[in-house]
Order: sequence, then structure tokens, then C-alpha cells
Amino acid sequence: MDMNKTKIAIIGGGPAGLAAAIEARKAGVESILILERDRCLGGILNQCIHNGFGLHTFKEELTGPEYAQRFIDQAAELQIPYRLNTMVMGIALAQDGSGDKLITYLNREEGLVQLRAEAVILAMGCRERPRGALNIPGFRPAGIYTAGTAQRLVNIEGFMPGKSVVILGSGDIGLIMARRMTLEGAKVQVVAELMPYSGGLKRNIVQCLNDFNIPLKLSHTVVNIEGKERVEAVTIAKVDEKSRPIPGTEERYECDTLLLSCGLLPENELTSGLGAVISPVTRGPEVNESLETSVPGVFACGNVLHVHDLVDFVSQEAGQAGANAALYVSGGTRTAESEDIRVKAEGGVRYTVPEIINADRLEDTLTLRFRVGAVYTDIYESVYLNDKRILHRKKKIAAPGEMETVVLKKSAFQEVSDLKSITVKLEEE
Amino acid sequence: MMYDVIIIGAGVSGCAAARELSRYDLKILVVDSAEDVCCGTSKANSAIVHAGYDAKPGTLMAKLNVEGNRMMDQVCQDLDVPFERVGSLVVCRSDEDKSLLEKLLEQGHRNGVPDLRIIGREELVEMEPNITDETQWALYAPTGGIVCPFTLTIAFAENAAANGVQFQFDTCVEKVIPTESDTGRIFRLQTSKGELQAEVVVNAAGVYADRFHNQVSADKIHITPRRGSYNLMDKTAGSHVRHVIFPLPTDKGKGTLVTPTVHGNLLIGPTAVDIEDPEGTNTTADELGAVVQTSGKYIRNIPYRDTITSFAGLRAHEDSHEFRIGEVKDCPGFVDCAGIESPGLTSAPAVGVMVAECVADILKPSARKDFDPVREGILDPKTLTPEAYRELVSTQPAYGSIVCRCESVTEGEIIDAIRRTPGARSLDGVKRRTRAGMGRCQAGFCSPRVMEILARELNVPLEEITKSGGASRIIVGRDKFPQ
Repeated sequence: MDMNKTKIAIIGGGPAGLAAAIEARKAGVESILILERDRCLGGILNQCIHNGFGLHTFKEELTGPEYAQRFIDQAAELQIPYRLNTMVMGIALAQDGSGDKLITYLNREEGLVQLRAEAVILAMGCRERPRGALNIPGFRPAGIYTAGTAQRLVNIEGFMPGKSVVILGSGDIGLIMARRMTLEGAKVQVVAELMPYSGGLKRNIVQCLNDFNIPLKLSHTVVNIEGKERVEAVTIAKVDEKSRPIPGTEERYECDTLLLSCGLLPENELTSGLGAVISPVTRGPEVNESLETSVPGVFACGNVLHVHDLVDFVSQEAGQAGANAALYVSGGTRTAESEDIRVKAEGGVRYTVPEIINADRLEDTLTLRFRVGAVYTDIYESVYLNDKRILHRKKKIAAPGEMETVVLKKSAFQEVSDLKSITVKLEEE
Repeated sequence: MMYDVIIIGAGVSGCAAARELSRYDLKILVVDSAEDVCCGTSKANSAIVHAGYDAKPGTLMAKLNVEGNRMMDQVCQDLDVPFERVGSLVVCRSDEDKSLLEKLLEQGHRNGVPDLRIIGREELVEMEPNITDETQWALYAPTGGIVCPFTLTIAFAENAAANGVQFQFDTCVEKVIPTESDTGRIFRLQTSKGELQAEVVVNAAGVYADRFHNQVSADKIHITPRRGSYNLMDKTAGSHVRHVIFPLPTDKGKGTLVTPTVHGNLLIGPTAVDIEDPEGTNTTADELGAVVQTSGKYIRNIPYRDTITSFAGLRAHEDSHEFRIGEVKDCPGFVDCAGIESPGLTSAPAVGVMVAECVADILKPSARKDFDPVREGILDPKTLTPEAYRELVSTQPAYGSIVCRCESVTEGEIIDAIRRTPGARSLDGVKRRTRAGMGRCQAGFCSPRVMEILARELNVPLEEITKSGGASRIIVGRDKFPQ
């Protein structure tokens, strides 16, 4: 293989990048290169040493590193090349009309390198919303960490970031870290959540908070941070329905640490730089049924596309992106005669991924993933093609913290003549 | 330890004075209670180079503002500091207020500010498409600009150090005692690290300057910490405005401005609230809310969703609202550099010169023949050609390793920042010198890596690495079951 040329370049060697690479290779693509910025493959799973991974994929409970290792082993068996400690600095379209993408990356061994790729799979993952983005008033001492940073310090570096902890936000990493810090001997005093519902999985609330008697205070936020050098106290208060703190409800906790688990943001600086359309809702690129962005030959999967709760779904989605990228580089992309249709997310559905569908290009099925905007009980999830309801499924509970998935058959699309609209919505009956 | 000159305070004024004084053959020490230079007002301000129309004609503030502005190109060229004359606009919403712009214009003329003019809505909209519909007129000052306040302060300090000035950090001066000795008058400085002595003391202690002044003089001064809160937005919002945009000034200051930064972010602030605590750099919900509310009156659709951090700084507001620079009348040898509030950053080059002249008048030193005014900044490899970048990495592989992904900062830059004098010793020290941790993830990803590099370079255990010196340790111990 020419050093500076590849059929498919995969940006990120975490669960999404690995699964995409494996499926692309299985589909017959010889020339693949994974570019990973960290010291090893596996991405953020390496610091997720708790169990609960792989229930869907392997029908067993694995830890994060174990789950990652299964994919790393497969990639090794398939002899998929990768570069570590390698940062992609930019992606651009070649100006020669070839449709190729030019990737500029940097590492210690090769320096600054330009790589030409026919297809690119974006699998850079996401980052955590920092304290600054939350506009929490108070001092700015040491002792304020995002839950993921704390997780890295504790699980990878072996260091404790604090002994007495308040957590803001009930995202999954925050819940996991509440348990982890407790097991390591810290006192986790409270988890405050701005919303009237948790942002994390139900099973994590039970296993990480309830089992350790850590109180979860819904509709609460941090209103002050004390301590000039290191955190000395954190004050939380109840909020009204507009998320404004209610005076008189303040509770002050003496502590040395504030952990934040207040949302994850897809990391799409490279994607924007390439000019791909970004969804204002997911903050990931808009993709079509092939998980292809608005830039032809550039695919996206995993948390860079939209934030997932379960890595199993990341792997599934990424495998699909890998297979579609393989199809693209082999010139086998299915031709479409009909128009692209933008999926309408209505009635409590915040977004869908993919959001653009061309029925002609569907394989046998279409997997639509989406999230709801509030907690709903005894609700129906419905999908309409034009006015025809093709799916009507009862849910006992639907919550923002749990991603929903519907799988639609291609035949359902073929049965509708003159397809003009696809709608996903929640209905009371 | 005996020095010719001790400068209390390693902010931009103290460091500028140190650099100017390093032109002379003098034994100079800069002492600061913090762990680094640029830890007070100099690190938390608007990062603006003011044109000079605000200050009252005839004041020292007006004179040094205009002089400092004029000197800024040369200083930033010599010291390798990011500086851009993007121009500034004072905007107003009614014809009635236009008369206030005219007053500013006239004041600017008297202060010697070049190229000022008032522009109408049409031209304004062309210059600033995101101005609100109500905004009608603006005073345009092409000489207004933006500068990196961290780099400016650090560069003054590095250049001073390269020319022989010493720095002592983590040393809190408690009392300045003028003493008559056989050889004349000296100052004894009682500090948290023992006694220091000097013939001349420069009081550049920011919000603490009144404390030291009042220890040696019967002519008391009073400094109020006047807090200003800011919102800093992601680089995605950096082009929302192109100039420094001010509302009409009030009696509390120049108002809440909206400006791009030299690094491409968008900065909005400050508020102005007088407080008691000279360490009160906390933000409050009210003040952060006020930032949003005020700026929205003249700039529309500010993408507050892209906020990456908020912070507050303290202006050292002296009751007379004037720079107090010069030898204190009833205490020969004690040189004030006090009341340096806005436009202090702009004025810093001129403040440095004035302080140095003052000290030189007292000590009559000879000039150093080997003074070198040039400081080379930390190399940003992103500015190199691809060929030069490859060449650099082949000889120094650390430049091939990105540590801060948001700001694309390499290990090479961080090592450079730590090995300089005065060098970075904390996460914040690295951040101010290299921008590692200053981006959109606010150090979430890079802080463990930077800690590692700091520990290795400074040869200290990881546990001792701090965010900003003192008790600001990042970690408190090992896991129960160390790996």
C-alpha cells in the first residue's frame, strides 16, 4: 500500500472506529487505516472498568476494556492497520475532482502527514460539557472535574481526585463515578440533577446510587462553589420549572470535589471543517440511511454522530457505516431514483438518526434511532409513511436518558406509492 | 537578601517595570504571593488595547493610555506577543446619545487619539452585521486593538529575566519598613519567606497596593476591588463581531463590551461591582446574567450556547480614579505604581517606562550594554510550513504529540513553557503560556497528560502538581488498590 493513500480512513480507534473497520474489512476492503489519538485502541472504554457492556452483542456482561478487547482482537486477526498517538489535524476535499479526501495527521514518528482516502469514517466520539459551559457561579478552584476526567484519574492513573464529593448531573458517567468513588473510599454526599428526571439509565440509578444510599435530588442545581485554591463547599438549590434556582432552598455541602456529568457533546470540529452539515439538535453531522454525511464518501458513527447510552448500539451502527463505506469505495452504492426524504421528528421525539432517507438505497431494513424530550408513560411510538402508520408500538416508559430504536422493513417503504414523508412521533393512543 | 530594587507584584505593570529597569545595571527582584506571573488582574480582564478617548484629558491615565497604545506595536514585535489593531466602536441607540459620542470624540482629540470618527448606521452595519436594529451611531477608533494579556505579561517577565531580573514566587510581602542605615535609607520587607531588603521598592501590588503605600506614607490611598465578570465563547463564535464593541461609558467604567480575542474566541464582559474582598474573584449568577442582558442590547444573537467558561477579575480602583505612579513624597525610595485599573493593560508599556525613569532618578544607575529587548515566544508549530513541521518533529518528536486536542497544543510547546524562566509550574501556568486546557473541553482531556509532563519536567510526584499553586492540588491520594 502506498504510505499516503488508503481506500478507507477511519478517524478514531474506539468502539465505533473498530467496528466500522472490521465490517469494512469483512466486506472486502483491503486498504483501511485507523487513526487513533490515544496511546492504545479502545477509546473511552479503556477507562470504563465497570461491567454491563456487551449484553446485546455478546449476551454476556463484560467490562469496558474486555468489550473493547474483543474488537481489538478481531481487528488484529483481520490485520487492520492503525496508527496510535496520531492526531488528525484536518480533513479536506481534494481539489482535483477525484472526490478523494485529504487527511492531515500528526504523530511523533512521521511528523505532519497528508493521507489521501476515498472514503472517511468519522468515529471521534464526544466530550463532556465542562463547568464553564454550565455557567455555574462561584470560584474556580482545583477540585472541579468532569466525571470522565475523574474516571480517567481513578481508573487509569490510579489517583483519587478527592475524598468528599458532590456530583452535578445524573448522566451515566456521573452515576458510575458515584459508585466508583464510593468504592475507593470517598464520601459521595449527593447527586443533583437540574431536570425533573435523570439523564442516565435506570439500571445505573439503582446499582450506583440506590445500592449505596446516595441521594439523587432531581430539579436541583449548583448555585455556588466556595474555595479559592481547592473546593471547600458547594451549594445546591431547587429549581423551578424554568430551571431557575428557588431562593430559600439552598443546601450547602462541605466537600473537596465537584464532579460534573451534565451532558456529552459530539466532537465535530473536523466534521465542520470539512463542511458537512451539522444537526443543531444532536450536534452530530446529518446523515442519510447509509450513515453518510452531506459530504459524499464521508460516513459517521458512534458518539460523534449522536450520543449513545449503550456501546452495543455504537458497534451495530458503526458496523453499518463500515459496510456502507465499503460499498462506496467499491462503486456499489445502490442507485436511487426517488427523492431524499427528511424524517420528521414530532410529538415528543427530539430527533432521529438517520434524518435523511432514500428508500431506494435501503438494504433490507432501516434502523431509526431517536430520543424523546421528556419522560412519557404508557405511550405509543409511531412511524408514518405519508399518512400510513406502519409502526405503532406501546412503551410503558420512554425517557430522554434511554435511546429508542425502531427497525423498519424495506418492503414497507416499497408498499407506499409516491412516498413524500416519513414521520416519527409519540402518540397517546 | 539585598537588592537595588524590589518590585512587589508580578502583574503586567510590575513585569513591564521590571523589563524597563533591566536596561540598567541593577540588582532587581520581582516578588509575588502567587506561584507565577500574571495571577491577578492581568489574567482576568478584557484583553483590550484601548484607543484612549475614555480617560479625562490632562490625566496621567489619558497620557499613558495613548502612549501605551502607540508603543504596543513595537513592544509586541520585540516580545512576540499576539496583538491586532482590529479597531473599536462605541455604539449608541439614539440621536440623543450621539452627543455623548461627540463628547468622547472631542475628548479623544484632546488626548491625542488619531483617526477617530463617528459613523452612521449604514457603515456600522457593514462593519458589524450582528449589530441590533436599534443601534444607530458609533465612534470608530481604528487604533483600538486586542492583545493576549497572558503572553504580554509573561513576555515582559521572560525578557526581564533574560536581562538579569530575578523572580521570587509564593512569597507574600507582609510589611514594608523604611529603615535608615549607615549607607543611607533601605527598605526591609517582611515576607512569608523571610526578610528581603532593597534600596528602592516599587509598589505594583494591584488590589493590595494601598496596603503597602499606607504602611510607609501618611498620605493614605484607598483601593476598591471592582469586580468584572466575563463570558468566554468557543472559537465557533469568534467571528460574531470583528471589532471591540463598547456601549456608552458610565460612571462605573467603559461598560460591557463584546470583542473577538487574538485567539479567535468571543469575549463578553465585564460587569462592575465594588466588593471588599481583594481575593473575591468569584462569579455570581446576577453578574453573569447582567453580562448576557447588557450585551444583547447592541449585539444580537450572541451564541451563549457556545460559552466555554466564565470568570471574574478585579480592577484596582483607586478613589481618585487615576494612576498613581511616582516616588511617594513622604517616603523617598518608595515608588508607587498603584491604582492601575483599566486602561492598565494598554498603558503597561508606558507605565513600565515611567516607573523605570522614576527609579533611575533615584538610583542613577548606568545602562547595561548587553540589554536585549527581544524575546522569542513559544514556537507554535501550526505556524510552520508542512516541510518545516516535519523537520521539527524529526529532530524534536515532542512536537509530533498533541496533548491538548481542542487547541492543538503539542508536548513540545508544553515542555518549552515549563523550561523557560520564569517557567510554568502548574496547570494554569501551562495554560496561560500554551493555551493547553483553554479550549472548549476546558482541560477535561488534557489535564492528566499535562500533569504527567509537569511532574516529569519538574521532577516532583504527580500528587504535588497543582492547578494554580498553593493548596490547589489536583489529586488527593492514590486509589485504595494501586495498580
